[in-house]
Amino acid sequence: MSNMRSLSFDAIIIGGGGSGLRAALELAKSGKKTAVLSKVFPTRSHTVSAQGGITCAIASADPNDDWRWHMYDTVKGGDYIADQDAAEYMCSEGPKAVFELEHMGLPFSRFDNGRIYQRPFGGQSKNFGEGGQAARTCAAADRTGHALLHTLYQNNLKNNTTFLNEWYAVDLVKNANGDVVGCIALDIETGEVVHVKSKATVLATGGAGRIYASTTNALINTGDGIGMALRAGFPMQDMEMWQFHPTGIYGAGTLVTEGCRGEGGYLVNKDGERFMERYAPNAKDLAGRDVVARSMVMEILEGRGCGDKADHVFLKLDHLGEEVLGKRLPGIVELSKTFAHVDPAKEPIPVVPTCHYMMGGIPTNVHGQAVMQDADGNDQIVNGLFACGEAACVSVHGANRLGGNSLLDLVVFGRAAGMFIEGALNEGIDYLEATDSDVDAAMKRMSRWNESNGGESVPDLKAELQDIMQNAFGVFRQEDNMQEGVKKLAELRERIANAHLGDKSNAFNTARVEALELDNLMEVAEATAISALERKESRGAHSRYDYPDRDDVNWLKHSLYFPAEKVLGKRDVNFTPKTVDTFEPKVRTY
Amino acid sequence: MSTLQVSVYRYNPETDSAPYMQEFQVDTKGRDLMVLDVLHLTKEQDSSMAYRRSCREGVCGSDGMNMNGKNGLACITPLSEVVKNNKLVLRPLPGLPVIRDLVVDMGIFYKQYERIQPYLQNDTPAPAIERLQSPEDRDKLDGLYECILCACCSTSCPSFWWNPDKFVGPAGLLQSYRFLADSRDEATSERLAELEDPFSVFRCRGIMNCVAVCPKGLNPTRAIGKIREMLLANAT
Ligand SMILES: Cc1cc2nc3c(=O)[nH]c(=O)nc-3n(C[C@H](O)[C@H](O)[C@H](O)COP(=O)(O)OP(=O)(O)OC[C@H]3O[C@@H](n4cnc5c(N)ncnc54)[C@H](O)[C@@H]3O)c2cc1C
Ligand code: SF4
Ligand code: SF4
Ligand code: FES
Repeated sequence: MSNMRSLSFDAIIIGGGGSGLRAALELAKSGKKTAVLSKVFPTRSHTVSAQGGITCAIASADPNDDWRWHMYDTVKGGDYIADQDAAEYMCSEGPKAVFELEHMGLPFSRFDNGRIYQRPFGGQSKNFGEGGQAARTCAAADRTGHALLHTLYQNNLKNNTTFLNEWYAVDLVKNANGDVVGCIALDIETGEVVHVKSKATVLATGGAGRIYASTTNALINTGDGIGMALRAGFPMQDMEMWQFHPTGIYGAGTLVTEGCRGEGGYLVNKDGERFMERYAPNAKDLAGRDVVARSMVMEILEGRGCGDKADHVFLKLDHLGEEVLGKRLPGIVELSKTFAHVDPAKEPIPVVPTCHYMMGGIPTNVHGQAVMQDADGNDQIVNGLFACGEAACVSVHGANRLGGNSLLDLVVFGRAAGMFIEGALNEGIDYLEATDSDVDAAMKRMSRWNESNGGESVPDLKAELQDIMQNAFGVFRQEDNMQEGVKKLAELRERIANAHLGDKSNAFNTARVEALELDNLMEVAEATAISALERKESRGAHSRYDYPDRDDVNWLKHSLYFPAEKVLGKRDVNFTPKTVDTFEPKVRTY
Repeated sequence: MSTLQVSVYRYNPETDSAPYMQEFQVDTKGRDLMVLDVLHLTKEQDSSMAYRRSCREGVCGSDGMNMNGKNGLACITPLSEVVKNNKLVLRPLPGLPVIRDLVVDMGIFYKQYERIQPYLQNDTPAPAIERLQSPEDRDKLDGLYECILCACCSTSCPSFWWNPDKFVGPAGLLQSYRFLADSRDEATSERLAELEDPFSVFRCRGIMNCVAVCPKGLNPTRAIGKIREMLLANAT
């Protein structure tokens, strides 16, 4: 592969969503030679879809708000396997990161006193769960992700960040010592394959909701970063933890934000009953997402679903009035009209729990450094590899993420990774160069597709994978179903290894990109399936009929999936925050 | 009758000396699909078809294209809105170089966006919290900040077709006004100075094509009018 062009950078950031752009901004300001590599133009990244807001104790709605209350909610929401040092870092650094966004120009909605508007979201409390519902989610109407992503892109333009737009990262390049020293990338427009060398490689590739047939996620959310890391042999953490959002639009999968319920909307069954009052007497419709999603499925299973097939419930908003809807939820009005054919000012929206967010991912410390385990089970840093955003598992979300905490995670840990890399580069990073055979190893997968002549087609295999995941690894899970799912995935892997890329052309070949994405969906699906099968308890978003209870004796742990052996190990959860007392695990009620 | 006649603009620079239209019969099973769904079905018939897409819900701006003569986003345009006589003709956004099939080179469009310095400029040291802004001042940004850079407007604007290098175009000017209108921005006079030549703003002929096609319901013509007023007020 010696004739391949190569580019060299101090740092590359794979991903131009909120987390990648926040990391890039830090590095661009430091003057390090940095590039952002993104398979879509940055403002087309999935962050643009985020609606409801960014949760942070900026003490605007409530001048007495306290980041420690936010931390408590986060740890409880995560069913106690969020790392408390990471949650502490995110919640305490959060206000700084949010104010920075405002200073950069983010058009937040405002209260009359001119401060940032905050709305109530699920799982939020005052005074460590004792003081009632909090309103802690900072919002730009219901287009917060759009406002955030565009603001970050604009500020990267201001700071002259180098962008490699519509470049597709294929695989990581490792040197003889196992350090990550860059990646192989495809310039989609021309089809050229380039070896991108770097002292620090940040995976900010976002989520992978497309492993499910029904998802709120963009079509590009195929878990490429997770796939690359797994193929490079690195472990994945808590991959069984997938969030199903209560309010995906029935039939379409598009999301309507939890902010709808924050603004006063609520769910009803076919009898018009506000059923969440039965499942969560205090928080009602603003209980944790896992709790609400399960309650909805229970209603449907017990025959109280709505519609001809009784397979969904309704989200009622009409009582809020046209004015509130127009001011606070204008995007939701648009989406409901387009995808549900209802005007929420007049009729309820049909909704159903829909795959939404990957709590698991590449395990990292608070600096974004990827970690793996040595033979004795101790954490070990992976040289050269970093991760942030949804692709990372730092872990602040544990077994269930709270609404609005992802956007905060993106900017806090994107920034932290940027700062850490700048420091490390200043001290000097010197890894062994990759040899030709190291580069060839990273090229193997791409070459396989390019040389394929005959075999099954990519869209068919993708649809099968999504059905397997949807049927066996949904809101409720059980052993025999999952066993079957794991077996089917193993067969599917064989078939994908022999699948066919029909179009071998160079210029803007989206069929090639979709083929490469299919491999990544496969990696994520299998990691999810095996982790879900092996975690024999119910916690947060992971609910099993056969193990209905939380098991703190055996499973107050992160799971760690090792790709080479396809086995599940465990990793300790951090219970030692620096400035506050540990939040001890309690029974989780809302 | 659920078979839809779909005609798609095809061009692959490696193999085609000239663009051509490819015909597809698509079985919609009687559903009112979105145009993007129809494209997925044609791609299942011919995997070499190229188009951009990401969010599939009208917020990322990837899939601006020309559908039966009108620019819009494929993912939020239902067939019932565009199909006439059971026929759907899909072409790339007009006026930009075609990379392949429905994929256009957006370079010049992005360049015009960058030219208006699309970021808040404020050199006053920031407070320890956020800068305050009244709800009334914040309301002035509504109808402006929501732009998704899909280019549907600029590529339907005759003035932009003729002078894409000199006329900023509706999308860029809408964003320019988004910052001019922001009570937190301090660069008003510098921004206006950049725009006072005869081309940047004044090439707009008020034809309003841009308003007619914007999938987000934004109104670049009104924003351009406001910039003109500011420029004229500045000049006197
Ligand atoms: C509909 C919806 C609404 C949401 N609303 C909220 C909300 O209100 N509040 C909240 O906190 N969270 C919300 N979330 C979650 C949140 O939006 C996401 O978790 C977050 O935006 C992910 O950001 P990211 O930076 O990790 O990745 P993304 O924004 O997904 O960006 C990933 C980037 O990686 C690039 N990439 C991926 N693979 C490759 C590759 N192989 N080569 C090159 N580039 C690649 C992509 O081009 C993209 O630029 C919402 C999620 C959804 C689905
Ligand atoms: S109103 Fe101006 S900007 Fe809009 S299409 Fe017409 S000439 Fe172009
Ligand atoms: S103004 Fe409207 S049509 Fe023009 S780029 Fe923005 S969103 Fe697209
Ligand atoms: S795919 Fe995002 S706007 Fe259509």
